[in-house]
Amino acid sequence: MTNVTMTVNGKAVSGDVEGRTLLSSFLREGLGLTGTHVGCDTSQCGACVVHVDGKPVKSCTVFALDVAGAAVKTIEGMANADGSLGVIQQAFQDHHGLQCGFCTPGMVMSAAALLADNPKPTESEVRHYLEGNICRCTGYHNIVKAVLAASGQDVAAVAAE
Amino acid sequence: MPKDGGIGASTVRREDIRFLTGKGRYTADINLRGQAYACFLRSEVAHGRINRIDTAEARAMPGVLAVMTGADFAAMGGNPAGWHIPSRNGEAMKEPKRPVLAHGKVRHVGDAYAVVVAETLEQARDAAGAVVADITELPAVVDMAQAVANPDLRVHDEIANNVCFDWGWIEDNRAAVDAAFKAAPHVTTLELVNNRLVPNAMEPRASIGDYDPGTGDYKLYTTSQNPHLSRLLIAAFVMGIPENKLTVIAPDVGGGFGSKIYHYGEEAAVLAASKALNRPVKWVADRSESFLSDAHGRDHVTRIELATDLEGNFLALRTETLANVGAYLSNFSTATPTFLHGTLMAGPYRTPLVYVNVKAVFTNTAPVDAYRGAGRPEATFSIERVVDKMCRELKLDPVAVRRKNLIQPDQYPYTTPVGLVYDTGNYPATLDKLIQIADFSGFEARRAESARRGKLRGLGLSTWIEACGIAPSNLVGVLGARVGLYDAATVRVNATGNISVMTGAHSHGQGHETVFAQIVSDKLGIPASSIEIVHGDTSKIPFGMGSYGSRSLAVGGSAMVKAVDKIIAKGKKIAAHMLEAAEDDIVFEDGKFSVTGTDKAKTFGEIAFSAYVPHNYPLESLEPGLEETAFYDPANFTYPAGAYACEVEVDAETGRVEIASFACADDFGNVMNPMIVNGQVHGGVAQGIGQALLEAAAYDDNGQLLTGSYMDYAMPRADDLPMFTVDHSCNTPCTHNPLGVKGCGEAGAIGSPPAVVNAVIDALHRGGHTRVTHIDMPLTPSRVWSAIQN
Repeated sequence: MTNVTMTVNGKAVSGDVEGRTLLSSFLREGLGLTGTHVGCDTSQCGACVVHVDGKPVKSCTVFALDVAGAAVKTIEGMANADGSLGVIQQAFQDHHGLQCGFCTPGMVMSAAALLADNPKPTESEVRHYLEGNICRCTGYHNIVKAVLAASGQDVAAVAAE
Repeated sequence: MPKDGGIGASTVRREDIRFLTGKGRYTADINLRGQAYACFLRSEVAHGRINRIDTAEARAMPGVLAVMTGADFAAMGGNPAGWHIPSRNGEAMKEPKRPVLAHGKVRHVGDAYAVVVAETLEQARDAAGAVVADITELPAVVDMAQAVANPDLRVHDEIANNVCFDWGWIEDNRAAVDAAFKAAPHVTTLELVNNRLVPNAMEPRASIGDYDPGTGDYKLYTTSQNPHLSRLLIAAFVMGIPENKLTVIAPDVGGGFGSKIYHYGEEAAVLAASKALNRPVKWVADRSESFLSDAHGRDHVTRIELATDLEGNFLALRTETLANVGAYLSNFSTATPTFLHGTLMAGPYRTPLVYVNVKAVFTNTAPVDAYRGAGRPEATFSIERVVDKMCRELKLDPVAVRRKNLIQPDQYPYTTPVGLVYDTGNYPATLDKLIQIADFSGFEARRAESARRGKLRGLGLSTWIEACGIAPSNLVGVLGARVGLYDAATVRVNATGNISVMTGAHSHGQGHETVFAQIVSDKLGIPASSIEIVHGDTSKIPFGMGSYGSRSLAVGGSAMVKAVDKIIAKGKKIAAHMLEAAEDDIVFEDGKFSVTGTDKAKTFGEIAFSAYVPHNYPLESLEPGLEETAFYDPANFTYPAGAYACEVEVDAETGRVEIASFACADDFGNVMNPMIVNGQVHGGVAQGIGQALLEAAAYDDNGQLLTGSYMDYAMPRADDLPMFTVDHSCNTPCTHNPLGVKGCGEAGAIGSPPAVVNAVIDALHRGGHTRVTHIDMPLTPSRVWSAIQN
């Protein structure tokens, strides 16, 4: 066991981990941050996406020790300071961008990374960017709509019901 | 306009808040004090005889608490099939025992034969690697035709030819159907495969067994769509423990699509391990285990024939299907290819004569059971493909042919030749609506534009019907069902006037917490925010069937409305007493009980308070309290229906198909929350497009699953799909349930695959590739390219 220290959602945290402990396991089991989900073993589904130093990372593919000292942000850190939903979270609720909710944390984290890089993406850019996040419930229609809405674009024009 | 938050409003979902902030509570998120971890050992061969399982080394590994094998569960009961399907000759179906863990033989890759329990997950996994299983590999049978034809290949030693049943529907009609075919001016024949799929809910299955040695109570947290059914199966059939000593909790569940209806052996195993160790035992599947051991879907091989006159009027329809049930019978596996498939073979049409034959076949593959749509997508695909093929053979317009064969609005109730009575519908209306919203008239211009870019554009159509909310219990009992098919709800009005609704339905993405509150709010005239919907915990809710087959609202919602009606009836009695009026003079409206024609009234809150503080109350004739339970057993199925259109662009150079647009005109009856209904259709269509273009569970000849991860099994991703056009304005309310609802969860997955395939064949024909009559799903670039070349 090795002690690892990092910042998670603005708070300094530490814990003992094995060399093989994944970041997703450290967040879920070590810190009790179970909003980060694990939906596959091959880094395909994207339910586990978190931000490491501002970049989206599949936390099931990274060892906890590899991100020692980094700033990690998870779905638990995405709400506003007063506890209300952040812009992207609110857009997901407003546009029914989630059903079972399992892929949702990863979707929100990926969407946040996209909008940080590309504040006004086209529909096609959103769809391409979200290739690494699988949703089985929504058919992506309302996820794409929510991301476009979160970027401040008029979704009535692009997203017919 | 609907009231804010009431029936018909697109109220945003209350459950979203916890899901969007990482506060959902899925089974894998639950950790109990002192829990140990389970890791299952699964067969690496498709068929084998277990000679010996040596667990000594594993038991000696650090942290290992127990290693259990099939022998430890041999005395327990089997996991049963929920529906008995007799063969045409009257023989009972074959029901081999499905044990908790494989014993004696393993019968598919992924068949669990042992479980290691240790202090940590890593220790359990490490020790699993030290278990030595001496298994002699036996010849596997994977292909259904071979399974039926080769008497030397047996999945179960006692079942010759691997046939579970050979079912005819309706056998008495067979001669008349055959005679109609002999006399028919034209017969169209199509042989097709309905491809095997893996449901792939994003949350893998997980279970925690928690035995309390003090009380002898078992508790199971599990990823289930129907906790009461799981409790019944585990307690009464598998473990032989009193039902009242087992609580099953299905907390937040990350999608199901059918795969989480069933009881799986891992659930009984963690309960038994918990009892043996006196501590909770947790198991969470990884995705590979899900691929290997979740019940798969579809997997039919069908020959369908349609007899018509030369103008395309349907005269008779006949099918022969081999339906794969895999190595063991999963709980719904026998109903899915029969009563959820054969009974739908009339579709929305007036075909006067229909006969369906289905042979269910055991193979050395994972069990196959209901997956979104469950039998109805298979029926719809077969019908809609053969109709298109007939139109092409007779050079008839597929829209006009469908329109003239549809059941007409004045023909309800309509009795089909396959035993259903459609209560209501308007199929021409949804077809007309589709033609409008999909802009059929603009197709030629779009085709020409595609052609300028070197692409072949095609337009495909399907008209579909399904039967939802399986019922009534007495009828399905005659047909072989071994359960009732009602649902239940308890409405508990608390003393302070807020309400807890305990529903037997289960939400794993459908939004019941929001929609059910909308309905109760609408009926009682109190804010939805004062209404809590409780589901998923057998210690809290009445005995219900959970959610599958688009039944939650039509059956569970109806039970809830019945319970609300009882609350109102009792409230009237209380109000009559308090207002010193006759009960018949009390009217309930907008949350107030009033004496008709006067301004005398009591609010709902005042009545609730009086029920619990009965100082001024008719105690001699009425019990205190305000809590009612209702069970609802529907009089009939509900029959959602609709028409779907797909436009594709095909690149003839590569065979790649792109969905250019997809439009749905549906009739779901009354719609409670349009936003949620649209979302259900989007998701269903995405799964249908996935089946049509991308997805296939493939086994090699030795029974090895070739598509065992997301590296190999193509899930639809955001850039595979377009925005969808969805309309549900042509609604004919269901005539026999109190909300007039029909169900919308499966529709998209039922209507879409044939629309996609019809569109691709249309594109190829318009591009001059007129010899291509059919391509089996999924329509991968290689299959489409090969069809063009050949």
